[in-house]
Amino acid sequence: MNITEKILAKASGKKAVHPGEIVDANVDMVMIHDLTGPLAVEAFKKIGVQKVWNNKKIVVILDHQVPAESVKAAELHKTMRQFAKDQNLQIYDVGKGGICHQVMPEKGHVTPGAVIVGADSHTCTYGAFGAFATGIGSTEAAAVMATGKIWFKVPPAIKINVKGNFQKYVTPKDLILSIIGKMGVDGAIYKSTEFTGPTIKKMSIAGRMTLCNMAVEMGAKNGIIEPDETTRKFLEGRVKALPDFDALKSDKDAAYESTVEFDVSKMQPQVACPSSVDNVKPISEVGNVPIEQAFIGSCTNGRIEDLRLAAEVMKGKRVKDGVRALIIPASQEVYRQALNEGLLEIFTDAGAIVCGSACGPCLGGHIGLLAAGESCVSTSNRNFIGRMGSTQASVYLASPATVAASAVTGKLTDPTTLETKP
Amino acid sequence: MTSKIKGPAIKFGNNIDTDVILPGKYLILVDPCELAKHALESLDTDFVKKTQKGVILVGGKNFGCGSSREQAPLALKYSGVKCVVAESFARIFFRNAINIGLPVIECKGISTAVETGNELAVDFVAGQLENLSNCKKFQVEKLPPFILEILADGGLIENLRRKMKNDRI
Repeated sequence: MNITEKILAKASGKKAVHPGEIVDANVDMVMIHDLTGPLAVEAFKKIGVQKVWNNKKIVVILDHQVPAESVKAAELHKTMRQFAKDQNLQIYDVGKGGICHQVMPEKGHVTPGAVIVGADSHTCTYGAFGAFATGIGSTEAAAVMATGKIWFKVPPAIKINVKGNFQKYVTPKDLILSIIGKMGVDGAIYKSTEFTGPTIKKMSIAGRMTLCNMAVEMGAKNGIIEPDETTRKFLEGRVKALPDFDALKSDKDAAYESTVEFDVSKMQPQVACPSSVDNVKPISEVGNVPIEQAFIGSCTNGRIEDLRLAAEVMKGKRVKDGVRALIIPASQEVYRQALNEGLLEIFTDAGAIVCGSACGPCLGGHIGLLAAGESCVSTSNRNFIGRMGSTQASVYLASPATVAASAVTGKLTDPTTLETKP
Repeated sequence: MTSKIKGPAIKFGNNIDTDVILPGKYLILVDPCELAKHALESLDTDFVKKTQKGVILVGGKNFGCGSSREQAPLALKYSGVKCVVAESFARIFFRNAINIGLPVIECKGISTAVETGNELAVDFVAGQLENLSNCKKFQVEKLPPFILEILADGGLIENLRRKMKNDRI
């Protein structure tokens, strides 16, 4: 079996599972946030049970509309706080956490081999730690909160084998954009995507999270990477206990529906052009694209490694007149680290605005929205029509290095062409 | 809920994403009737005017891709969409629709055999779909019995309530 099959077999009390089989899995962790949580709470109340199945296995995170930008959002937050209080759940309120997908592993809620469901499509991020993690809707989250169980169709798996060393300013974000560009936005629909190979083995947790985070953008049920020493180093001191990683390795004879090979050694920075995540081009082929906004943050690229890279590119430079640059650390922990390392000083000196840890403009519900005719280059994960505000605005997806370089020049720019100071 | 649905088709293309079905700025709305007013407005500002008497939505590949927001199928359901038929669905949308009692049916070849305004008849228990306007018939992907049960009950919560009640008896 491959790692995903092993996790689903164990969670459903079976010796083995096969693609296409429907299993009833025990869930190890559930996450709900301020935009999907209120519907889940409403649905939970209709089920007719008084208490959640296990209050230690449900986490509430306020991250989308925070701090509340409207009375309606404030009411939603109030609902979530009350539910967390009534059910005695762990809640990460404004200023205490950050973006759910960063907070979950940081605070020790993600364990290799676990089955994790979240009422957010980017829940697949936790596959970076060798967990089976996938997004669900609010009603289903309510059902899981009541029963601790969920059905899954065991997915066929695609092995994505990556080799080669990245060139300077080419990053895991460029790799995943390149993968999605090749596979298409429905290239992995209903399937598991397993990232493996020498490049993945050398990759940081931050990079692995970026890859698994965007697995859903090609339709995948989950993205997953076998846990190893890098995983152990990140999780030690955060989780209570770590499982035996040997039981979480794909067998040598594991079945895959297909295997695709990628070599990053000659890869250029990549850009997903409007308005589909698979409309991916190397930056040299994008042409002259002036921008009005540059956004560095989100559950895809708001980690300390991303901010370091952006700061390296922006150090001693100014954000071009006519461009607003938004920097949003993915969590309070990342914010604090960026403060300690002097990164926030570099950003503010450059004329970028640093906002509090939250989802920000990524989903067009809160701050940093776009007007008609404007373009934004963003480190986030979606460039759909109307995603970041006006339906007449354009969103380009790229790495933190590319976004930082573009903020400085005022147009989409290859970071390798920009002179940087040590 | 009956397994037989009839109505005029409204057709969209491939990869209709949840941001297009219901933009993020409306997620703070709680009332499904309010959500419904904005269903698919980015693609067709008059969409809601066309759906009120009941329609069958037809999509291409990867219908409902993107966010896990259940507000997307909710907005469709309350706008008057009785069923969504597509070449394929994004998995979270597919589950969400079933969980709120909106039938979703995978049907290969549907996007080229139906035009907006065609009258469709779907029987999702029998796995049949007919385009009454051109007499084309399709065998569609049959849903497993436990999903049909959820739809018959009107959604996952109603299904769970019934099962829990039975367990107690």
